[in-house]
Amino acid sequence: MIYLDNAATTLHKPQCVIDAVAAAMGSMGNSARGTHNSAMKSARTVYDARCALSDLLGFSHPERLVFTANATEALNIAINGLIAPGDHVITTDLEHNSVLRPLYRLQAEQDVSLSFVPAYLYGNVDHRDFERLIKPETKAIVCTHASNLTGNLLDIRRISTVARAHGLLLIVDASQTAGCYPINMGELGIDILCFTGHKGLMGPQGTGGLCVRPGVEIRPFKVGGSGVQSYNRFQPSEMPTRLEAGTLNSHGIAGLGAAAGYIAGVGIDVVHRKEIDLAKRFYTGVSKIPGIKIYGDFSTWQRAPIVALNIGEYDSGEVSDALSQDYGIATRPGAHCAPRLHEALGTKEQGAVRFSFSCFNTETEVDEAVRAVTELSR
Amino acid sequence: MMRATSPKVVVTFATTVNALAMERSCTEWGIPGRIIPVPTKISAGCGLAWCAELQYKEQIVAFLNEKQLAYADVYMLD
Repeated sequence: MIYLDNAATTLHKPQCVIDAVAAAMGSMGNSARGTHNSAMKSARTVYDARCALSDLLGFSHPERLVFTANATEALNIAINGLIAPGDHVITTDLEHNSVLRPLYRLQAEQDVSLSFVPAYLYGNVDHRDFERLIKPETKAIVCTHASNLTGNLLDIRRISTVARAHGLLLIVDASQTAGCYPINMGELGIDILCFTGHKGLMGPQGTGGLCVRPGVEIRPFKVGGSGVQSYNRFQPSEMPTRLEAGTLNSHGIAGLGAAAGYIAGVGIDVVHRKEIDLAKRFYTGVSKIPGIKIYGDFSTWQRAPIVALNIGEYDSGEVSDALSQDYGIATRPGAHCAPRLHEALGTKEQGAVRFSFSCFNTETEVDEAVRAVTELSR
Repeated sequence: MMRATSPKVVVTFATTVNALAMERSCTEWGIPGRIIPVPTKISAGCGLAWCAELQYKEQIVAFLNEKQLAYADVYMLD
């Protein structure tokens, strides 16, 4: 199989990740629940992962990196824990449902109002719209770093400048960039960075987290076991315990920590370049095929390694199925949990076939994918 | 029969992360001690603490301040 569905989850994990999870499952107790050897091994492993991920994301406060099950949980923690009734939030048409649905629910149930920075031609936004949409009651900007449908990046530095100037919180969904695009949270001026572990970071599913800038206090949506302050009737206020009630997925986090170490060892710039070169090779190949519609802005390669397309008017599901059944190529069809962007791009009915690349893909695989699309388009 | 106890210095923390940061720094700089469960004499509850022989108290307090490590309190126990 040629696996080109890495924006959904990376299939090929570094061997050190698999080894770390297996070793953890055979040796680790419950982190922060006692001081015997296996409990301490778990606690140290989780702590090491916290530090490794913080380093990778340019975040100098590992004690404020909170582990979650995925980016959706991280975004729910941030959005539900910071936005109050009467607040106004600015977001974009590029967002995944992991941002949209928490916001829509607050809009429906908590009198929160929303404004959307629209997507224009090629799925781009006009960054001036962020400032135009600010109201006196605006509390936050919640936006993706890169579209999971087109791979287009938002200019986070520019958005954070607006957020700072107006005293707004900036919550960024880095699901498509963490691990495969250089991020320095401090330099970018991000208040809360939400990430998943199983995509670009190449860790296990069921891992993710959020980095919370000092000074930002999030009301926890879940409270419970913490390993400290057992007789406190309330969740401890200190980070990360404040937002990490219950036993952590230490086995998965062991793998995620190993993945962060792997990426740091290879170099995130090297990973990004390899993936972008593969995406570019694929784009160059398919863009020559008559009748192919490609979505996104490819005038720049400052983007996530994603190429979404359609072949004529073919159902994207049929195309993806043919790629899988006849060529052994794994892609994602249909809607991509990004309803507003599909509407903006005019692909609500047809969906799109998304090819997304990992540093473990090869040029040969890309060429085979181009050949397959060429044959299907005839 | 339980072990005989000796006077010790115990550092407590608000979070597990702070205790592990202490352990990492102490290991790196050769500061004596190890992680123990928080003694119930200090707090009826749970959590991790840093424990060393009492003779190292001054060294540990100085180290906490020098490295600006987050901690809750420092106790001396018999």
